[in-house]
Amino acid sequence: MSAITLRDVKKSYGRNQVVHGVNLAVEEGELVVILGPSGCGKSTLLRMVAGLEAVTAGDIGIGGRRVNDLEPRERGCAMVFQNYALYPHMSVAQNIGYSLKIARVPRAEREARVKTVAETLGLGEFLARKPGQLSGGQRQRVAMGRAMIREPKVFLYDEPLSNLDAKLRVAMRVEIRRLHQRLGATTLFVTHDQVEAMTLADRIVVMNKGMIEQVGTPAEVYHRPQSTYVASFIGAPGMNLLKASLNRRASRLELAGGQSLPLANVGALDGQDTVEVGVRAESIALAPPGAGGLRATVQFVEELGASQLLHTELGGAPLVVAARDGMAARAGADVELAVDPASLHFFDPGSGRRIGA
Amino acid sequence: MIERTPILNAVTQVILAVMLFVILIPFWMVFAAASHDFVTVNRVPMPLWPGGHLYENLAEVWVKGNFGTALVNSFISSVLVTVGKVFLASITAFSIVFFRYRARMLVFWAIFVTLMLPLEVRIVPTYAVAANVLTPFQQILDFAHIRVVLPEWNLLNTYPGLVLPLVATATGTFLYRQFYMTVPNELAEAAKMDGAGPLRFYWQILMPLSRSNMAALAAIMFVYAWNQYLWPLLVITDQQHFATATMQLQKMVPEGFGEPPVWNTAMAANLIVLLPPAIVSILLQRLIVRGLIVTEK
Amino acid sequence: MTRHAAFTNIWLATLLVLPQLLLVFVFFYWPTAEALYWAFTLEQPFGGSNQWVGLLNFTTVFRDPKYWNSVTVSVIFALATTALILAVSLGLALLVDRRLPGHQIYSFGYFIPYAMAAPAAGLAFRFIFSPNAGFVAAINTWFPNLWNPATDGVDAMILIILCQAWKSIGYSFVFFLAALQSIPRPLLEASAMDGAGILRRMRDVQVPLVMPTLFFLIIINLTDSFVDSFGIVDITTHGGPARATDLMVYKIYFDGFKAQDYSLAAAESIVLMVLVVGLTFIQFRYIERRVHYT
Repeated sequence: MSAITLRDVKKSYGRNQVVHGVNLAVEEGELVVILGPSGCGKSTLLRMVAGLEAVTAGDIGIGGRRVNDLEPRERGCAMVFQNYALYPHMSVAQNIGYSLKIARVPRAEREARVKTVAETLGLGEFLARKPGQLSGGQRQRVAMGRAMIREPKVFLYDEPLSNLDAKLRVAMRVEIRRLHQRLGATTLFVTHDQVEAMTLADRIVVMNKGMIEQVGTPAEVYHRPQSTYVASFIGAPGMNLLKASLNRRASRLELAGGQSLPLANVGALDGQDTVEVGVRAESIALAPPGAGGLRATVQFVEELGASQLLHTELGGAPLVVAARDGMAARAGADVELAVDPASLHFFDPGSGRRIGA
Repeated sequence: MIERTPILNAVTQVILAVMLFVILIPFWMVFAAASHDFVTVNRVPMPLWPGGHLYENLAEVWVKGNFGTALVNSFISSVLVTVGKVFLASITAFSIVFFRYRARMLVFWAIFVTLMLPLEVRIVPTYAVAANVLTPFQQILDFAHIRVVLPEWNLLNTYPGLVLPLVATATGTFLYRQFYMTVPNELAEAAKMDGAGPLRFYWQILMPLSRSNMAALAAIMFVYAWNQYLWPLLVITDQQHFATATMQLQKMVPEGFGEPPVWNTAMAANLIVLLPPAIVSILLQRLIVRGLIVTEK
Repeated sequence: MTRHAAFTNIWLATLLVLPQLLLVFVFFYWPTAEALYWAFTLEQPFGGSNQWVGLLNFTTVFRDPKYWNSVTVSVIFALATTALILAVSLGLALLVDRRLPGHQIYSFGYFIPYAMAAPAAGLAFRFIFSPNAGFVAAINTWFPNLWNPATDGVDAMILIILCQAWKSIGYSFVFFLAALQSIPRPLLEASAMDGAGILRRMRDVQVPLVMPTLFFLIIINLTDSFVDSFGIVDITTHGGPARATDLMVYKIYFDGFKAQDYSLAAAESIVLMVLVVGLTFIQFRYIERRVHYT
């Protein structure tokens, strides 16, 4: 039995529908990241699970129980908010222990549990402070402590790291992952940051315009994107997408600008005249001049230290190449590129869906 | 948020509705009483359904309270207070916020302190000053042994007498100051780069930006000025020509305590007096509320 | 203040503040100073300049049981109105802030009495609470002489307290409502997740977070009830019966303008000024203690 089930969940505000029929099953103890750009409905979805938003249609189940009409406190979820939502007039200890106070847990037990949680999060010495006296990272921990202390069945995170600076964000990411391994609670985590999603998730749910584009492990989402949307959203940089028409006789793909690519398996593309070809930047290599590769012009170079991203132009379309071999090309230079035919992804140009396996 | 609290919601709605009734019913009672004849208005309890004597009562009290003149006076003096206050407040705050000079904190505090003592608590000496506004200057000259005799300028029974002491308070200045503080400094600097002098900046940039502040302050000041009672009572002795509407309410109440007023005409007078500020606050409530809250932040 | 200051034309700056400073000097500083002067001097019976009498006026004032009566009455009035206004307006603001259907109508309606002049409110309340006309008089038909503000000091006091409270609730209400609405919504959601019901949330989160507003309103309402009550008293009770509603502002007016004793009125004014300034200072001391949301 799944820990959280969403069955055809919809949400509208008046005539404006923001979530269009989402189906999802989250397994016990799983950490699922809901990923998407702002306005895609991911936070709304999370808030519906929490009980902060009413469901317009469909069912939400937690632990096998339909919770559509239950109040937040009856659902057994704990939540970490984007701005932490700490009570500014309460100390750290009071903030963490507030839910236990409401549940009438005896004072001694409450204090003991607050202490344990605080120690776990390295907040032991700050218990008497007010949130206003804490740094951003410490506030973040208090917010997590407040969620942890209830030992909830389900953890909900609403973009909890987006207010931290880059370095702290990486550290907290690791910490959340570690915490999850130790507590083993089912977790839903909402973010717009695909790196965060890749590093944290057991499975990623990619959302777009109120609908799920793909559900899969980070590796699946990265290596087998089910749509052009997922392909370009996941990975830094996102996948290159080129329009191409099929030349079955020559078993080649004709690209814009008169160049073409060899095809490994034409049969997989039955019934298509044109496709969108996807290729990751790291699947393209610089070929020695005259080797018969694709000719492209370098427009500018992004230096990343260990590698360079060459932003090139191929027949009028942009194409990003990750060059690892130090063969730094300069802006304006013409280069030849080698593409592994096995690394190509194909998408239907109309629907954007993946073609073939 | 999903909340299933039907009982609490019902209780909330009942309390809110009952309180709305309690808070608004006095207005209706005034209106109803103003529409009855003398016998009906004295019935206990008075019928809440309005009677047919409203015009008659209004007409009677119109003469008795000299409202033809009084309303005009109230209107003129309230508008003068409003305009004077908005204008003075905006230029004073402009100087304090956008100019650099050593005394500006001093000026700021000198004006700020006036917030502490409302007109009512210094009513007696303010009245004495109004009898001859130039007294302070004359006494300073005398003190310095400068033999210049200033003319006497008596404010009793004049519009300046009604208006000036009400303009001399700091409320509006602070509304403007708070607003100007939120205007990014870069805006003034950009205006300077564009070659605009301070007055042009004030007129072409600050004024348009502060339009809603101006409206809020104007509405607040109009209601405040209209509702003045104690000050007009003192400064206006020639009631035939200079009475304001609000002070005419005193005429509706017999001198001796315990003797009841003639209720139907008294309430008709009350209706005349309370209607203008009530209309302003109904139409401009959003502005007024925001203005009040901004001033105190 | 230091952030701005873009212009340096000192003449223009002076010109801009001059009108306000002149007005403030003539109508604020001079009268206040004059009140002090009068309070420590006495007018000569046959003209000539005033004679310095030290604290004589104050001792006269403080020895007068009528003055202490006035102080007592004013304090009772101030405390009762303030308590009533704050309790009702906070309660209403908490309920309106729940944003059930119709909440805009309520917040609109509650504010309307703000526009009422004090004497107008007084006249309306005098009618409604009249012992032999209007509405409350109905009580007297069942229990004769139970309610008569014209002869019973307590009834008269209740009348002016209710009137002042009615007139002032709207003002406090809009401040409470604004304070409640500035509480970030996730804070309330977090407490709902923590298991707090609506009433619990009010007690544990909302009320503590509007404390600074509450404090500010205590001072404002106390000051107002000391200062802004002349119109109500003058129209409803004339300070009676038997000085039961002889508030300080009213007594100053009476001693100064009816009895023509400027020195006595000035001394009384000084006492009231000290009181009001004292309250304002308390406010300044605490006003910076605002809640900072994280």
